[in-house]
Amino acid sequence: MGKASKRQETLGARAKALVSDLTFRRGVLSILIFLTLWEIGFRFNEWFGVMVPFVGKVDAPSIVATRWSDVVLLPGYWESWYLSMGRVFLGFLIAQIIGIPFGLAMAVNKYFRGMFFPPFEILRPIPPLAWVPASIIFWPTTELSIMFVTFLGAFYTIVINVLGGARAVDIQYLRAAQSMGATQWDLFRKIILPGTLPSIFIGAAVGMGITWEVVLAAEMISGGGQQSGGGLGFFIWSSYMGGVMDQVIVGMISIGLAGYISSSLIRYIGYRSMPWRRMF
Amino acid sequence: MTTAAHQQPATDKNASTKGAISIRNVTKIYDPKGANVLAVDDCSLEIAPAEVCMIVGPSGCGKTTLLNAIAGFHSITSGQIDLDGEMLCGPDKPLADQGADRVVVFQNGALFPWKTLADNVAYGPIVQGLMNKADAREKAISMLSEAGLSGVADKYPGEVSSGMARRAEIVRALINDPKVLLLDEPYRAMDALTKSIMHESLLEVYDRTRVTIFFITHDLEEAIFLGDRVIVMTTRPARTKKIVEVKINRPRDYRLLSSEEFRILVQETKEAVHEEAVKAFEAGERELA
Ligand SMILES: Nc1ncnc2c1ncn2[C@@H]1O[C@H](COP(=O)(O)OP(=O)(O)O)[C@@H](O)[C@H]1O
Ligand SMILES: [Mg+2]
Repeated sequence: MGKASKRQETLGARAKALVSDLTFRRGVLSILIFLTLWEIGFRFNEWFGVMVPFVGKVDAPSIVATRWSDVVLLPGYWESWYLSMGRVFLGFLIAQIIGIPFGLAMAVNKYFRGMFFPPFEILRPIPPLAWVPASIIFWPTTELSIMFVTFLGAFYTIVINVLGGARAVDIQYLRAAQSMGATQWDLFRKIILPGTLPSIFIGAAVGMGITWEVVLAAEMISGGGQQSGGGLGFFIWSSYMGGVMDQVIVGMISIGLAGYISSSLIRYIGYRSMPWRRMF
Repeated sequence: MTTAAHQQPATDKNASTKGAISIRNVTKIYDPKGANVLAVDDCSLEIAPAEVCMIVGPSGCGKTTLLNAIAGFHSITSGQIDLDGEMLCGPDKPLADQGADRVVVFQNGALFPWKTLADNVAYGPIVQGLMNKADAREKAISMLSEAGLSGVADKYPGEVSSGMARRAEIVRALINDPKVLLLDEPYRAMDALTKSIMHESLLEVYDRTRVTIFFITHDLEEAIFLGDRVIVMTTRPARTKKIVEVKINRPRDYRLLSSEEFRILVQETKEAVHEEAVKAFEAGERELA
């Protein structure tokens, strides 16, 4: 009981600190200015009879907000969130689980690197979306093929970052550890691994961004078949096909939010697991 | 050339018997099949137990190469290096095993950025399996306090000044109770004031532990102030050009810096180094031309 109220207190204190934080205020202010300009840009035609190019054709934030308040009541909208999030996280997670050990193995073992780096480098330039047709053919379900291209989107970035990061670990750290009696396994676990951690998180942050790009495109391409469909990409696509422009914008902003939530999560985990980088 | 083992000053109460380094006719050629860089040529040097042996010489003459050979970071091409009568590397074993009996403090500092100072210091005893984590940490914290670093034991290296980091690094070396401390220009990038604090703290450590110190530097005043002997190396390939004996009693303090005796020794060393620096400079110009 006491614990819970204490927690609330600190949460309240944190919220207060946040609101009084200048950076936070500046962020809110810039978003408000952006929305206001957008609204004025759209209303210009109505008010002064002058059509502002580009912005004049994009439904104003007030319209989008109204649409959004309707859309949030639809279960399909939340299902789209759920499906896209699920694909992104699974594809991303598998890419991490395979990519990190793969990158590390290439970094520490030159035979392994000699064997796997060339094919990796040949496959890497192929954009993940170019894999869509092929993966629809060789994966039994559309769901799996979407997941596969999502995986690819993150995989290359993760591996390249881990490989580069692990190879860039300062040789002096390795020498220092060895001169204090570290074994090869100690070197790997206590030096290479923490030394690579910053690069692992850079790879994760960049990979996460790519994953969102890829999953949306894949959802648009594969469409809303019976087997699998939906997702925020399909949500936008079907809104567009139905001519509901304000709903397209709802979808776009939803993706922005989803991406922001994902990258905040990664930043948070990075912050927790690298206490020594907090002061930078 | 070979030099007779050095006599410790009379003030030495607890004369150490460990940490004698014997370098005999050591040659190091980098990349013998390709670029073929002769970095150290037939270099011999006897370092007595508990000696503070300062190495000076022009940049690129092979000082680090020699240190790396002692530490076991790379092999030698010929010759032999012994530690306390036991061969580290020699004819049939060109690469010395790395070991906690010869701990290195690096030019750029090599505290692990992802460990706090206490955990950095505790690292050696833990990886060697000598202590459990809690004991090692406890010892680390007490050693850091002795070095005046108790307040920052739980800080990360990135959070403390370079002087504190370097002192912690020496503590990290000492916790392993090494026979030899190998220092490669450890105070290079420091301002004069920080440097003088470093010197005092190193001398204090030395007076307490009597560990043999192999110390590479560019700073001739530092060399004379800290050392029992100053070895002036020739330009590459490194050989010993001149050995300056610093027969000044310990414990030493900063009044020494303004003494006549000190200035004469610095001057003597400077002349020897200058000659080599000129040679290195001219050799460099020839390479460019
Ligand atoms: N790994 C290496 N391969 C080839 N040449 C090297 C290597 N390491 C150092 N050298 C060369 O050996 C010489 C001595 O280097 P070093 O021992 O680092 O000099 P310093 O006296 O400045 O510490 C230099 O000319 C340097 O370029
Ligand atoms: Mg050097």
